Amino acid sequence: MTDIRYVAPQTLDEAVSAFAAAQGSARILAGGTDLLVQMRAGIVRPGLIVDIKKITEMTEIAETAEGGFRIGAAVSGTTLAEHGSFGKAWPGVLEAINLIGSKQVQGRASPGGNLCNGSPAGDSVPAMIAAGAVVTVQGPNGRRSMPVEAVPAGPHRTSLAPGEILVSFTLPPRPAGSSDAYLRMIPRTEMDIAVVGLGANLTLQGGVVTAARIGLGAVAPTVLLVEEAGKALIGSRLDDAALEAAAAACRAACKPINDKRGTIAYRTKVAGVLLKRTVAIAAARAGGN
Amino acid sequence: MAKTHITTSINGEPVEFLCEPNQSLLEVLRNTLGLTGTKEGCGTGDCGACSVTVDGRLVCSCLVLAVEAEGAEIATIEGMAQGETLHPLQRKFLEMAALQCGICTPGVLISARALLEKNPNPTETEVRFGLAGNLCRCTGYDKIVRAVMEAAAEMRETV
Repeated sequence: MTDIRYVAPQTLDEAVSAFAAAQGSARILAGGTDLLVQMRAGIVRPGLIVDIKKITEMTEIAETAEGGFRIGAAVSGTTLAEHGSFGKAWPGVLEAINLIGSKQVQGRASPGGNLCNGSPAGDSVPAMIAAGAVVTVQGPNGRRSMPVEAVPAGPHRTSLAPGEILVSFTLPPRPAGSSDAYLRMIPRTEMDIAVVGLGANLTLQGGVVTAARIGLGAVAPTVLLVEEAGKALIGSRLDDAALEAAAAACRAACKPINDKRGTIAYRTKVAGVLLKRTVAIAAARAGGN
Repeated sequence: MAKTHITTSINGEPVEFLCEPNQSLLEVLRNTLGLTGTKEGCGTGDCGACSVTVDGRLVCSCLVLAVEAEGAEIATIEGMAQGETLHPLQRKFLEMAALQCGICTPGVLISARALLEKNPNPTETEVRFGLAGNLCRCTGYDKIVRAVMEAAAEMRETV
C-alpha cells in the first residue's frame, strides 16, 4: 500500500502550494464522486489528496458587481438548486448539473469536478459553454481566466497547467429576454450517461434572436462550442429554415465514436434533433423573462 | 501509514476514531465503529445502499472519505428509531412489506426520510425520482413507493 496524505487547507494559496509541491501525485477532492470511484478501481493512486471544500471561494455562490454569478468550483448541485435566484437566471445550467447522478451524487458532485474530470459526456459542460461561462484558475504562477470551452483537451484531459486548480465559474449578466436549457439523450429516463447532450442559451428581443450560444457534448473527444449553430439562429425568428441550419451545424460538428450507447450515425442525427428541442425550451423560457 | 484522528458526531453522539486518509466513511462506519446497518452494495455511488446524511445532506458514504467527517454531523440508520419506537417510514415498510432481502432497506429509508424532510407531500413521480439513487433488486419498487407515500400521509397528519 502506498503512503497517502490528506490535507484540507483553509486558503487557496495553501491549496495551490500543496498541490504544486506534490508534482503531479496530488489529486483535488471536491465532491469525490469521480475521484473515489477512480481510486477504488486503481485508476488513480494519489500520494496527496487536497480537499478544497474548506476554502470559502470554492464553495460559495456570489452575484458579481456586473449582475452575473460566480460559482465556486466545489459547489454541489444541491446547493446550487437551493440558491434563491440562480435557477431563475440560468435554468439550463442548473438542470444540466442536476442531471448528474442520483440525489446522493448531487449532494456532493460539483460543476468544477464535472469539468476537470474531462468526460466528453459531462452534463454540466455543454450548458456552461452555452452560458458563456469563464473559469478562473490559480496556480504557482498566479491567476488566469479562460472560456470554459478552452478547458477540455481530450477525454479525461484538461488544458490546466501542472499545479493549477480550477477556482470558479463566472457567468455573465442576463439581458432581458434571455434564458437557457439543456437536454440530453439517454435510453432510459434517469441516471445514465449522455449519448448526446446539448445546451442552448438565447436572448430574444421582439421575437428576434439577438444572441445565441450552443454547447454540444458526447459527440467528440471534447465538449464543443458550436459557433455556426449560434450564428444560424442570430437575426432569425427561430423559423424552420434557421432551426434547420443550426441543426445542420450541430450535425457537422459531430466527430463521435461508435459504442454501446449509440452509433456514429445515431449520435449525429440526435445532435440535430436536440438542437431544435433545446432551443424551443430556451426560447419559451426567454419569453417569460 | 499514519492514521488520522477524527472527531465527529454520529446520530447525535460524539464519536472519535482513527482512520487512514483513503478509507471511506462507509468502511469506518462498518468496520471500525461496528455500525453495520449501513450496507455496502456497489462501492461506486450507483446503488445507494450506503446512504447516510452528512450535515443534513444525503450522500453515499462509499463516496465520502472518513477524514471528511471531521466536525461533521452524520446520521445513519441506527439513529432512525427512537429507542423501541420505529420511525413512521420503518413501521410502514414493515406493515406494507416494502422489502424482501433487506439489503437496500436502510439506504432507502435514509433517502426517503431526506426526501420527506424537503417535501412532506410528494407525488408518486417525486418519490420515484427522489429514490432513483437507491437500487432494489427484489421488490420492483412499487411497495417501497407506496409505503413512502403512506408514511408521508401519516407524518403530515401528526405534525
